[in-house]
Amino acid sequence: MSERERVSTFILRNVRPLGGDAVDIAVTDGVITEIGEGLSGDEIVDGGGHLVLPGLVDLHTHLREPGREDAETVRTGSQAAALGGFTCVHAMANTDPVADTAGVVEQVYRLGVEHGYCDVQPVGAVTVGLAGERLAELGAMATSAAGVRVFSDDGKCVSDAVLMRRALEYVKAFDGVIAQHAQEPRLTEGAQMNEGPLSGELGLTGWPAVAEEAIIARDVLLAEHVGSRLHVCHLSTRGSVEIVRWAKSRGIDVTAEVTPHHLLLTDDLVRSYDPIYKVNPPLRSADDVAAVREGLADGTIDIVATDHAPHPMEDKECEWNVAAFGMLGLETALSVVQQTMVDTGAIGWDRVAEAMSAAPARIGRVSGHGRPLAVGEPANLVVYDPTARRTVEPAASASLSRNTPYAGLELPGRVVATFLRGRPTVLGGTLSPEGVLS
Amino acid sequence: MVVSSDTPRPDDVPARTVLDEQDISRALTRITHEILERNRDADGVLLLGIPTRGVHLARRIAARMSEVEGRTITPGSLDVTMYRDDLRLRPARALEHTSIPEDVDGKTVVLIDDVLFSGRTIRAALDALGDLGRPRAVQLAVLVDRGHRELPIRADFVGKNLPTSLAEKVKVRLTETDGEADSVTIVGGAS
Amino acid sequence: MKSSHLLSAADLDRDDALRILDTAEELLSVAQRPIKKLPTLRGRTVVNLFFEDSTRTRISFEAAAKRLSADVINFSAKGSSVSKGESLKDTALTLQAMGADAVVIRHPASGAPHRLATSRWMSGAVVNAGDGMHEHPTQALLDAFTMCRHLGDLEGKSITIVGDVLHSRVARSNALLLHTLGADVTLVAPPTLLPVGVETWPVAHSYDLDANLEKADAVMMLRVQRERMNASYFPSAREYSRRFGLDTARMNRMPEHAIVMHPGPMNRGMEITADVADSPRSVIVEQVTNGVAVRMAVLYLLLGGAADADSPEGNA
Repeated sequence: MSERERVSTFILRNVRPLGGDAVDIAVTDGVITEIGEGLSGDEIVDGGGHLVLPGLVDLHTHLREPGREDAETVRTGSQAAALGGFTCVHAMANTDPVADTAGVVEQVYRLGVEHGYCDVQPVGAVTVGLAGERLAELGAMATSAAGVRVFSDDGKCVSDAVLMRRALEYVKAFDGVIAQHAQEPRLTEGAQMNEGPLSGELGLTGWPAVAEEAIIARDVLLAEHVGSRLHVCHLSTRGSVEIVRWAKSRGIDVTAEVTPHHLLLTDDLVRSYDPIYKVNPPLRSADDVAAVREGLADGTIDIVATDHAPHPMEDKECEWNVAAFGMLGLETALSVVQQTMVDTGAIGWDRVAEAMSAAPARIGRVSGHGRPLAVGEPANLVVYDPTARRTVEPAASASLSRNTPYAGLELPGRVVATFLRGRPTVLGGTLSPEGVLS
Repeated sequence: MVVSSDTPRPDDVPARTVLDEQDISRALTRITHEILERNRDADGVLLLGIPTRGVHLARRIAARMSEVEGRTITPGSLDVTMYRDDLRLRPARALEHTSIPEDVDGKTVVLIDDVLFSGRTIRAALDALGDLGRPRAVQLAVLVDRGHRELPIRADFVGKNLPTSLAEKVKVRLTETDGEADSVTIVGGAS
Repeated sequence: MKSSHLLSAADLDRDDALRILDTAEELLSVAQRPIKKLPTLRGRTVVNLFFEDSTRTRISFEAAAKRLSADVINFSAKGSSVSKGESLKDTALTLQAMGADAVVIRHPASGAPHRLATSRWMSGAVVNAGDGMHEHPTQALLDAFTMCRHLGDLEGKSITIVGDVLHSRVARSNALLLHTLGADVTLVAPPTLLPVGVETWPVAHSYDLDANLEKADAVMMLRVQRERMNASYFPSAREYSRRFGLDTARMNRMPEHAIVMHPGPMNRGMEITADVADSPRSVIVEQVTNGVAVRMAVLYLLLGGAADADSPEGNA
């Protein structure tokens, strides 16, 4: 207990909130108690003049537990999250069994609490078994200990228009949101990569932009019609940005996310036929990348979410067609956003804090995260050195999987420390030992 | 056979001419007569040149033979690339043309090459010939025999015996392939 | 060849392609000799790794390798757990352990040969014998070889390729190679069977077969699977063959010298009528003969020399 007390009060010295002037931040019992210059206390943590942001919130993470503990567990996934500066992640429902009952979501929630590297907020499935046929017990999941507010069949699209309408309506009762994986299934049968000249050249079945855009267009109209909240997962095309922009201009209650990889990578990487670049939705054209960056900069796209999708080696070391879709993302998200959005001058760190912390917390209705850096707020913090540079080394990842598309790539920035309600989950760039946390 | 890529840089090595145009012409005429003499006449003789320069030498000999015999004698060419024992020492080479104007079975085949050196090319040619049929006999005519045999092979008809050191290179130039006057030169070695 | 693999017709520049065609021309005569064998690849091992049935391609490669005296191992992986994904890697590791100098691979997944060549699972040469909807470069080479024998230099020649271009690896490889060789290629198909982005290919395309017959020096008919109509690529076999099938009336509108080609296997009555397939202008059977010579040329040029480009002296 004495250790707990020792870390419960400390001064985070010399950090720059959202990149502003350097200050000290005093934290007592997990809450920010003072912000100012020259604060003193028993325990000093040197912030090195680095940036401090509110702890990041990921609205889209695959932790794979239960069912695919060979790819990731709640423990390893939340460790990767902490190393990436996250203090809260939303665990997607496509586990085995599917998180479509209160029992499964509570299990995932408790695993998160148990390991303590970040808050794990389960996402509930919209339909039973992600089968797209009948609604899962959304209310039971909402009132469970996990307090589910985000519902998604991610990995599959709720393509049935009636079912989507009902889901949008039903979750209004508990202020939930449907996070749609927008992919018209008939237009994407056997789809392997972005449909365009390159898919024709490589002989891989195309995943046309229209298959995403058609669903988003339908869903925003449905959301408008029934007056519900809609969240669009991993939007990836210029057309999708334009539809969301139009919907917002009409006052439709829609939010949208983009992944780090869709901000950085383009479909010509598929030329290698290396399934490390296989992801759903697929990597798109350079024009689409430009469009999602613009969308994120002007607020059409509300948030960045990782779609962290761990897969064991054998699901990637194979032919493209049979390889699994998905990429790791938690540990590189902030660096990729810095490189594509901040270093390019498109947005400032305040907008990064909004898009990676405040807005996802708002959409997910999680309290205690995404709060401003202010006295009285929970001390969920990430200290980040944007001047550092590092080469991505897959073997160094805390994730059980190695499927990062950035292997060998030099990226800017480094997470120096992450604090979850005042407790350091990461310090000096490395994970805190388990005992400190529990 | 001298492969042009083996030619050393001409500027820093002295070259001395050992056969000029007239010498080569005389040598080929002599070889023609020797072939006819040895085989009594051209009946049953099939001239096969080994690409590249051996083919041209075979044509020249065939022309002389046609004159003597009073009828047209058609030489052939035999590419030995696929039978070489040094294929793995170099990148795969393009094949030269093989044309066998008549069946080799029962014929006296005279192989014709420019330079006889290690004997490996001729070994390859004998193997290639064996896959085409069964000649009655095989003879060998070369413009230059420079010695240093590595196999038990000898020439039946030699334009000129040319003692050389292994450090030297023998260059054969023919108008058909090199666009310059015929010559045989020795390059490199002791200078 | 500059590359140590043959994965795509796009890997071949004009010089490479002509070297293969010239070599094949020389090797064609081997088939007419009493001893149809050359010692060139003695002691080398060529593995035919077929994840998909294709007897004709396999025996063509097998004959080619055997005529060059290579040891041939046929590895039919169809039906093994391809869908599990590990099998390509594990198979490659096995082949490496067996000392395969070349792997001729046929695979239903586009890019599988590419994966084999670039994954470092094995070090031998990889020859693409057809991958998914991607490419079939040796088929394109034998088609070009056949065309050259009938039409001479392909520079400026008009080649019309008709049918299911979308799903055809033969069409892709042919379009690339024929373009490299200077031919003017026109792809003819219903719009549903042309790939997205075909306008970026170095070839013309058209929806009208009749407009592309009079200028053609060669017309190549692609196999069209009847099942495609179930996926609404076209309404019926009858409508397809009426609009895109080659019958005698259409063949008669081709120039006198023009030839008819088909990579096989044919769907007689669908994309080609029996009388066209069997007509003297059809070079379909010749394509098969030429296939062996072209594949010998490819194997020789990939395996016949030193692994690296540096040549020690060798004046023999």
